[in-house]
Amino acid sequence: MILADDNSSPLKLFSYFSNNHSQVLSWLWSHAWLSVVPVVIGLIVSLPLGWLARRYRWVYPPMVSLTGLLYTIPSIALFVVMPSLLGTRILDPINVVVALSVYTVALLVRVVADGLGSVPEEVNQAATAMGLTRFQRLLKVELPIAVPVIAAGLRVAAVSNVSMVAVAATIGVPELGQLFTNGFQLSVSGPYYPPILLGLILCVILALVLDFAIVLLNRSLTPWRRVVAAR
Amino acid sequence: MISFSGVITWLNDPGNWRDRVGQEGIFTQLLNHLQYSVVAILIALAIGLPLGLLIGHSGRATFIVSAVNALRALPTVGLLILFYVIIGPHIHGKGDAAFLIPTEIVLVLLATPPILANTYAGVQNVEPAARDAAAGMGMTSTQVLFRVELPNALPLIFSGLRSAALQVIATATIAAYVGLGGLGRFVYDGLASRDFPQMTGGAILVAILALVVDLLLALGQRYAVSRGVSGRFSKRALPADSRSGEVVQLEVASA
Repeated sequence: MILADDNSSPLKLFSYFSNNHSQVLSWLWSHAWLSVVPVVIGLIVSLPLGWLARRYRWVYPPMVSLTGLLYTIPSIALFVVMPSLLGTRILDPINVVVALSVYTVALLVRVVADGLGSVPEEVNQAATAMGLTRFQRLLKVELPIAVPVIAAGLRVAAVSNVSMVAVAATIGVPELGQLFTNGFQLSVSGPYYPPILLGLILCVILALVLDFAIVLLNRSLTPWRRVVAAR
Repeated sequence: MISFSGVITWLNDPGNWRDRVGQEGIFTQLLNHLQYSVVAILIALAIGLPLGLLIGHSGRATFIVSAVNALRALPTVGLLILFYVIIGPHIHGKGDAAFLIPTEIVLVLLATPPILANTYAGVQNVEPAARDAAAGMGMTSTQVLFRVELPNALPLIFSGLRSAALQVIATATIAAYVGLGGLGRFVYDGLASRDFPQMTGGAILVAILALVVDLLLALGQRYAVSRGVSGRFSKRALPADSRSGEVVQLEVASA
């Protein structure tokens, strides 16, 4: 369990970390998973949905309004309502994964649809003229060209997921947010900053790492952009 | 497994809506929640709107926008608890002040970036031709700002305001964790007493509140934004091809 230091100086966060490193690292690990898995699930779900909204024009307005509506629901509300919808226990991390996947889908469907739509018409016509079927064109032309747009959406989703996962700690899900709730509980007799500051720093680092990973992925998936930029 | 019937029973019980001894009802907490949110959004507007207009209009000090944007990477729960722990002990006022003041500061910190960034982007995105035409017509710099740049920036300003409002309503819910009132009380009190219908009912009320506020702001946007900017004309009044010039909204904010 977490031990409180006598000294509450903010700089004590290093000794706090070394005293509790196994616990903190396991929270960091689950925080990372709870942030990343919904991004992956959300991407897998929103690719076909975004394609549908692009392919059939009449699907776009209702789908964008519906996903926009989902995005307005506060995360804490979604975490709490999930057990009634899924039949899970209140502290089950699956609630967090499903709720954040819903957010990611809400954010990405529109991004995917707009990204696929950003492909210049003459490029599509050239692909068709070269004999590509509709499906080949989607895989080999439209999706690769939409990658930077989708990656920008993924960055927003990943960074905001890190912040939203922390919210789940207030209802007891174990991740980095526990550092905040612990700091809160240890501050009854006077401010105790180390866990709170450590939590803030680790959350920001995690967000930056995920953001950077998506930037790298984007670069490796779109090698032609570097060639063009180098000219 | 939590069934929805218990939640519906909880929401339908008039006793839960009225105040009782030692526990405030849904009406009071709803009003509290709205009050915390409106105060924070108004302060954020008072800071973000003029600052965004000024930076966008002058093109100076744009680093303020990126600096304020960096705030958004911080987890809201952490900020809330940090400010409560720093400020709370120094406030010996009546009632909720020890919870309310730190919460309002955090809410303003969260609501300002989307408003500031979107106002700035909205003014920046105004076509230079429109700006030049206005200057050519003899408008002063201030007139250009308020008669050309501001009306053209309104769709983006509204989308910033809407995402700020959602962020504030969501975070005000979490503020119940440190002890503030509002609809979040039902969520955390329900959790503490393992009263899951109350917990889920509170969460549903928060979701409904967020949806209604967003809808009202969308309506406000519809009336405030000039049709010349939104491109929303009646289809009969215009030939079909003149409707093509729709404004492409840049999504700057997504919290």
